[in-house]
Amino acid sequence: MVKLKIDNMEVEVEAGTSILDAARKVQINIPTLCKHPDVDPSAGCGLCIVKVNGRIIRSCCTPVAEGMEVVTNDSELRETRKTVLELILSNHPNDCLKCARNGQCELQEMASGLGVDRDEIEKIVAESELDDSTQSIVLDPAKCIVCGRCVDICQNVQNVWALSYLNRGLVTKITGANDAKLADTPCIKCGQCAVHCPTGAIVEYDETQKVWDMIKDKETVTVVQIAPAVRVALGEEFGYEFGANLTEKIYAALRRVGFDKVFDTNFGADLTIIEEATEFVKRFTNNDNLPMFTSCCPAWVDYIEKYYPEHLPNLSSCKSPHQMVGALAKTYYAQKMGLDASKVKVISIMPCTAKKWEVRRHESMSSSGYQDVDVVLTTRELAKMIRQSGINFKALASEPADSPLGEYSGAATIFGVTGGVMTAALRTAYFYITGKELGQLNFEVIEGLEAVKVAEVDINGAKVRIAVVNGVGNVEEVMENIKTAQEAGEELPYHFIEVMACPGGCISGGGQPKVMMQCMEKPWGITDEIRKLRSKGLNVEDEQAKNRLSHHNESIKKLYDEFLGEAGGHKSHELLHTKYRQRNVYK
Amino acid sequence: MVDVSQAAQVANKWRKKRGSLIMALHEIQGVKGYIDWQDAMDVAMGMDIPLARIYEVLTFYNFFKLEAPGKAVISVCTGTACYLKGNDKVLEKFKQELGIEEGESTPDKMFHLQSVRCVGCCGLAPVCVVNGKTYGRVTPDDVPVILNEWRKTFEEN
Repeated sequence: MVKLKIDNMEVEVEAGTSILDAARKVQINIPTLCKHPDVDPSAGCGLCIVKVNGRIIRSCCTPVAEGMEVVTNDSELRETRKTVLELILSNHPNDCLKCARNGQCELQEMASGLGVDRDEIEKIVAESELDDSTQSIVLDPAKCIVCGRCVDICQNVQNVWALSYLNRGLVTKITGANDAKLADTPCIKCGQCAVHCPTGAIVEYDETQKVWDMIKDKETVTVVQIAPAVRVALGEEFGYEFGANLTEKIYAALRRVGFDKVFDTNFGADLTIIEEATEFVKRFTNNDNLPMFTSCCPAWVDYIEKYYPEHLPNLSSCKSPHQMVGALAKTYYAQKMGLDASKVKVISIMPCTAKKWEVRRHESMSSSGYQDVDVVLTTRELAKMIRQSGINFKALASEPADSPLGEYSGAATIFGVTGGVMTAALRTAYFYITGKELGQLNFEVIEGLEAVKVAEVDINGAKVRIAVVNGVGNVEEVMENIKTAQEAGEELPYHFIEVMACPGGCISGGGQPKVMMQCMEKPWGITDEIRKLRSKGLNVEDEQAKNRLSHHNESIKKLYDEFLGEAGGHKSHELLHTKYRQRNVYK
Repeated sequence: MVDVSQAAQVANKWRKKRGSLIMALHEIQGVKGYIDWQDAMDVAMGMDIPLARIYEVLTFYNFFKLEAPGKAVISVCTGTACYLKGNDKVLEKFKQELGIEEGESTPDKMFHLQSVRCVGCCGLAPVCVVNGKTYGRVTPDDVPVILNEWRKTFEEN
């Protein structure tokens, strides 16, 4: 431990802590636009300056030292920070009023926090072209302050390498290799760049107008569904604590916004488990294409199609939960209600930007005869629609979802958190193999935010080896282990592997809110602390659920009886399963 | 025999040596004069380095060229002595006459303009070098003369 003084206050922190982090311990918020707890400090923005022995240094990349005396606040520092910020702003357009991040922007917050009250430096905003080629995320270089967070996330955390620096100095630009459009790069549309961007330079591809048009059309039956992770994050946009689970308020809000039917992707998650556990039991018993990878994360599917095409047969053929709901809404549900399927429009509210791409990924995403899911909106876009509707969200009464695609178990709700899909699948696979329920429904070793979590589960004497990969950037290690074992002719290190592209799982997906709760307290919108709180929101719902097992979802049983026949059967394969293809890393 | 590109051969040669990307790129440009998308791809595959990183390096150092340069490479020295002696105005004149910026080539691929730091003959400042031929004590008025000299040379060959 190291003892130092910050603004005359005694602080004791671990050796190696930065001055910036040490200051937070005594409630001093040193401003920064490039530092983020998820990435290494880059000393890029120059706002975090402090004085040590009268010398001005950057606190994000200076570790504390014994007996150090730090000054974080005097008139020279305040003036210098203000000038540095004014220089940054001189290359940034004054577009705040029509920016997607208006009101939720770190740069805007900083300008107000540091008291910027003039616009005297000549504005030089480089001419640039908006990149919306992915139709999932939009990159606007004009609003970029080149802090480098997105590049660090994309390269070093996600190991995707779509974003990079081009040129240097004043003309540095963040873009794909050789200025390639993102759709032509390895970009997997995970949107982690967007949730880490301190400005409006990277945002979701806004499709709210499309949905308003559908709602307006009287002949259209709009069917909406919400993903597990949406329910524990949307509240942040309306002043709730991190992790508050607001499922039934959200149902109410969706009806007020104007959707005709409100379903839940959690129903699809239970269905996915039935199909996926059936598939796994079959593949495990026959030693067929093992290990099996989960397939509900579209960014992971994109990644494996580009980077590990040799492993495509290992992916589960199951569609993701919202795609299953989409396919059923336009077949089973439409038939049951006597609706013309061509008039049914499915809108998925997702914590994810990659889902916007998933709906057109493969021709099997139109298994109902129409595109199964018409539009994907992120949690942030739903918040926008609720605000546009003038709804007082906090005052809404709880309402149930509509039947029959609304019922769900606790196993479904934990899909939104790393380890959740694996846990849910094991509960049902165990039942399928043994005919008995698991005594202990949670697997603590695969919970939490570690990079790769492994466990061995005994099912009727068979040892099932599982791995949970938390963040696609950690998948390489697992792939190497598989390759090594295969080349040596050894037993496989794993039988079943869950991969979620975003660190923490969908709860911190690329489409989730990025609300700064009073600059001081939670300045970043997404950190491990927030990931844990949102995860807890889902885990608590599972623990308190009357039914925690997908195979006991009554609506699902009815669906098989009335429509699908058997799990993994012909009709299931037609509607609920998909295919994959190799994709070039660059076009 | 399988046709393996020069870039792929170079990449293969350097693949085992850590931190050798710049060496490999130097070698490719040394032979070919520039590094295009396919070369960068070959290096990415051969050395197992993300293409994005290769372009970060290629565009960070202005030594590297992404397109075939013009036949006559004009290097205007902007080292301290040459700069103080007015080579910034000479560089400006070249840009005007050729209608291009630093690091660019003329559309007819006859000239490529670049600035360099100190060519080691400060006594002659300000200095320009065209394809190895050194011009000392250059003034902006000399620029059209130098360009015409090279145009003539190319016409004669």
